[in-house]
Amino acid sequence: MNAGIVSYGGYIPRFRITPKVIGAVWGSDGEAMGRGLNIKSKSVPGPDEDVITISVEAARACLAKVDINPTEIGAIYVGSESHPYAVKPTATIVAEAIGSAPVLTAADFEFACKAGTAAIQATMGLTLSKMMKYGLAIGSDTSQGAPGDALEYSASAGGAALLIGIDHVIAEIAHTVSYTTDTPDFWRREGQRYPSHGGRFTGEPAYFKHVLSCAQLLFKRAGTQPEDYAYAVFHQPNGKFPVRAAKQLGFKDAQIDAGLCVRDIGNTYSAAILVGLAAILDEAEPGDRVFAVGYGSGAGSDGFDITVTDQIEKIDRHATPTIKEQIADHAFVDYATYAKYRGKILLREG
Amino acid sequence: MRDVAVIGVGETEFGELWDRSFRDLGIEAGLKAIQDAKIASEEIDAVYIGNMSAGKFIDQEHVSALVADYSGLADMHLPTVRIEGGGACGAIALLQARLAIASGMYDIVVVGGAEKMTDVGDVQAAEILSSTADQEWESVFGATFAGLYAMMARRHMHEYGTTREHLASVAVKNHKNGSLNPEAQFQKEITLESVLNSPMVAEPLGLFDCAPLSDGAAAVVLCAADRARKFTDTPVLFKGSGQASDFLALHDRRDLCTMDATVVAGKRALAEAKLEPKDIQVAEVHDNFTITEILAIEDLRFVEKGKGGPATVEGVTALNGKISVNTSGGLPPLGGTGATAVVHIFERGD
Repeated sequence: MNAGIVSYGGYIPRFRITPKVIGAVWGSDGEAMGRGLNIKSKSVPGPDEDVITISVEAARACLAKVDINPTEIGAIYVGSESHPYAVKPTATIVAEAIGSAPVLTAADFEFACKAGTAAIQATMGLTLSKMMKYGLAIGSDTSQGAPGDALEYSASAGGAALLIGIDHVIAEIAHTVSYTTDTPDFWRREGQRYPSHGGRFTGEPAYFKHVLSCAQLLFKRAGTQPEDYAYAVFHQPNGKFPVRAAKQLGFKDAQIDAGLCVRDIGNTYSAAILVGLAAILDEAEPGDRVFAVGYGSGAGSDGFDITVTDQIEKIDRHATPTIKEQIADHAFVDYATYAKYRGKILLREG
Repeated sequence: MRDVAVIGVGETEFGELWDRSFRDLGIEAGLKAIQDAKIASEEIDAVYIGNMSAGKFIDQEHVSALVADYSGLADMHLPTVRIEGGGACGAIALLQARLAIASGMYDIVVVGGAEKMTDVGDVQAAEILSSTADQEWESVFGATFAGLYAMMARRHMHEYGTTREHLASVAVKNHKNGSLNPEAQFQKEITLESVLNSPMVAEPLGLFDCAPLSDGAAAVVLCAADRARKFTDTPVLFKGSGQASDFLALHDRRDLCTMDATVVAGKRALAEAKLEPKDIQVAEVHDNFTITEILAIEDLRFVEKGKGGPATVEGVTALNGKISVNTSGGLPPLGGTGATAVVHIFERGD
């Protein structure tokens, strides 16, 4: 018996800003920056959006596809680097908003960009052990990049929710494996508004070492090779890293294209791989196998070997806009509007 | 004054060596040189280490004793000397060791040059590098090393008609040489177009006009010439050396387009060796920026003042050209400069 995905849903804020517009403010060649990062635009949360509203949107999109009573959800875990409150949970608000409260367990996860995949693993265990019927794993972020920093060209917002269980699964998770070390390449201390990062250290010894090691472990555990998969999706802090990792592992462009949302919406941090996975599930067919490896800075990598089942054709995948439709439905903002929406303009207090 | 010979050399690979510490690098280069020289540790009289800024890069001072200690030499209580001289640390360490042997004080000295530059962020690294300029008159006003060399390049363009293509041809040549050096940080050839199109660092110097941050070490075993035959059939004689200094701040110097220290040091070395510039077939010169190599080959009188750019384009300084310049691929990490140069000259002579 395996646990798997019972439903899924993603949410991407409508607003976008381009690297060119950001670069113009800082006297940099934003277009070149965007080309280097393989990012055309990044999503910008509206002034009334935060990790809670985005998580609720994603959870609602997830539940809209299936006929399941929200009170059957026994756990809600929200993984994020940008929970609105330092002290006061996000997951309880999500539970109330979708009608799962009060008989459930809930928690907020903070585990760099793989807090969402950690939530999947936790809910897999809870449902496999039959402690509960369903668990809801959410990855959601309104990520921060200091004005003018390289991160500002990619740090974006989005969320995705996966309903995990053992019955009526639309995609079975046959194997999951993690590769965890203390390799601090990116951090934000309590009270700091913007994160710090180790520049080029975030590449080889951080992202690539963990993603590639975890991927190799997953191949070994699953007894598979790249050709066995219809799709592959990786954590996508930019459009360059996942493409290079995929090539090194032997995947072809056609396998990674569907899940590579970063090119249009930027780096949604804890949501990145879940949004990519949601985009794949939007179009996948029964029997398709999906190779997924997430990554969190200083947190490591979680890998999943996923196989789509016949059940996927029985859910209403168009109950809410697909990821592709949400990517297509956008409105560009200028830097001043972006700065206002992101709270970068100092306003009068009171 | 006794003659002094090189009887062994060793070096590490160079690059962003995330998993190697300063001491790892120093030990590896030192032990390789000792093995190459086929000397026993009891025969070593002293250890000289060129290092620019371990205190700032890795919070470690007293690196000469550290490297001797971790190379297993601590209980011999050898005199150990750390030498700092900006970007010329390794070369000055060699000169001082040569003097010590020539004077009759020592017979065998291990000379190393090492730097670990990538444990700090890019901004911090740039600040540390700027500390070799005049802190009070240059760095504090925001002049980075790239900015200072850009001014020299700009003036050279104005005075002598040097072009960005001339500068770029230095990078193209040295990358080509680096592609033949298994220890080089970059082992790929680059095109003139890629240098010209690289992001601007300090106009007219683009990314490929600037040396990267790097980790690595090199070591040389020097021996009194009258004992050198005991260890090797092919000792390489130290025929001449010269050291000179100049006004530290760029604005105080006689000419923005001439490194008077290089002119004087070169003349002294050649005079001692009773040679003329035309007698030299191979040279390793400082090339932290492409303009630096152009200035060096002019100031060492290998080419006429102002003609360094066209000469490089014409292949005068290419591998097996009239004079092969920077056959290694160019600048190693700062503490390692002169020592690495000798390693490569030695290996070519082998």
